[in-house]
Amino acid sequence: MLTAEEIHEIKEEFHLYPYKQAACIEALKVVQKHRRWVSDENVKDLAELLEMSADEIDSVATFYNLIYRRPVGKYVILLCDSVSCYIMGLETVLQHLERTLGIKYGETTADDRFTMLPVPCLGTCDHAPAMIVGKDLYRDLTPEKIDEILNSYK
Amino acid sequence: MERPLTKNIRPDGKPLFIKEYESLGGYQSVKKALAMQPKEIQELVKKSNLKGRGGAGFNTGLKWSFVPMQGEFEHKYLVANGDEMEPGTFKDRLLIEGNPHQLIEGMIGTAFAIQADEGYIFIRGEYTYAAEVVAKALAEAYEAGYLGNNILKTGYKFNLHLHTSVGRYICGEETALLNSLEGKRANPRAKPPFPQVSGLFGQPTIVNNIETLCNIPHIINNGAEWFNGLSLTPGDGGTKIFGASGKVKKPGLWELPFGVTLRELLEEHAGGMRDGLKFKGCLPGGASTDFLVEQHLDIRMDYASVAAAGSRLGTGTMIVLDDKTCPVGMVLNLEHFFAQESCGFCTPCREGLPWTEKILQKIENGKGEMKDLDILQFHTKFMGPGNTFCALAPGAMAPLQSALKYFREDFELHIKEHKCSWK
Repeated sequence: MLTAEEIHEIKEEFHLYPYKQAACIEALKVVQKHRRWVSDENVKDLAELLEMSADEIDSVATFYNLIYRRPVGKYVILLCDSVSCYIMGLETVLQHLERTLGIKYGETTADDRFTMLPVPCLGTCDHAPAMIVGKDLYRDLTPEKIDEILNSYK
Repeated sequence: MERPLTKNIRPDGKPLFIKEYESLGGYQSVKKALAMQPKEIQELVKKSNLKGRGGAGFNTGLKWSFVPMQGEFEHKYLVANGDEMEPGTFKDRLLIEGNPHQLIEGMIGTAFAIQADEGYIFIRGEYTYAAEVVAKALAEAYEAGYLGNNILKTGYKFNLHLHTSVGRYICGEETALLNSLEGKRANPRAKPPFPQVSGLFGQPTIVNNIETLCNIPHIINNGAEWFNGLSLTPGDGGTKIFGASGKVKKPGLWELPFGVTLRELLEEHAGGMRDGLKFKGCLPGGASTDFLVEQHLDIRMDYASVAAAGSRLGTGTMIVLDDKTCPVGMVLNLEHFFAQESCGFCTPCREGLPWTEKILQKIENGKGEMKDLDILQFHTKFMGPGNTFCALAPGAMAPLQSALKYFREDFELHIKEHKCSWK
């Protein structure tokens, strides 16, 4: 069941579009904001609210890499794996993250704190390598800097 | 040297909000534009030789001129494409975060020129700070009467909204972006009909890149002749935000006239290669442009000169390859990106790009055979321009085909030695 708050926030988006199905992505964002990820049950509930089929909703949800259809941890780490970061030492950064957190891409730490995912170019290439933790961008990454950053997320 | 786009951006990049922006002459162009005829603005921009800064380089005023100006429409839309996701490109972030009102001002002039009444600023989901800055600037612009149902009491109506996206490179393709704004999967659309006639929700729509739109206030304020005079290249109006990343001494962004040489960018502005490294090549305008190498260092950075050298100016932000980075590994990284970001709609792209990636992985792992190079070569033709539904796969083939041309011996070395000698 979607909460009253979620339904309210989704309905707020309707007025920006000529018909409510166009708010599909916004609706997915609302659910994810409240629950970290979008479950099968949420997809069905959204289908009802937007008068679409669950498959239609899911075809949109699974297309976009920032909509999570599997559980994620409290903070999602998006590590840029594109070309400038590759040149500037992505491999070292990735290995350090894997060792420190004990997870690989797509996995979540046992304490449910972090999920790590690769992401295309973060558009900060003059300060590569780069990553996002939660909503915050971190640049010019080194192993020492990563330790400091991870410790600041409790 | 004039730098209209960046002169008001603070060195630390912190955003300029409305009071300060207005005190520096901001929003003057809105008053001027609203006193002009829409067609007059279109002509002015056409004559300014402003070309689309998202990579395609099409004359902006000409693009606008295909929007029908007669007849009744439910809405006409203007969309700012802030889905900056071309690997190696980081210029629009600077413009959005550093001077959001310049973008909004440019959108008002543009909207008036095509008589749009609704607009969206489409920003990629990862640009959370840019979205915050734009949201605040939009609220300020509404408050000051530059946006809304009766702009500066002239009766002109333009409502502008922020849309934050949820990933996928293909959203930068303008028709895919429109599908995404409609809440759908971001598959590109067939053209015709072109968006100017039938775009967002079936209404006339213009999609322009952020940097393109940021030029509009300056053209309206100072005229087409002035704008053409900023450039060293006749036919390419204005300045360009160039940039460099990779192992150069001073990676960054610089607003410079069209027509500066690649050497000047690399040696003067980017400070040359880091000590102990040699320049091996660069992708001059993002991941989907062909490599340029040492023999091209004296070419001028404008649309025609870079095209004549066999590449594209693209976004103007170059990725530099040094002699200690494996070129096969770099191309593998690029093709991994393109294979992953294919929307999956058309077969050559959906199937061909992962195939290309697998072969490159095989070569990089030391398991490649000589005939793999022929298969890669075949793919560069098979997924070249005209053979796929949109420009994603041809863009993906640009760095590959040029790498096979300029770095062939490095590919062969991997195959002969059964390993990557750069590791």
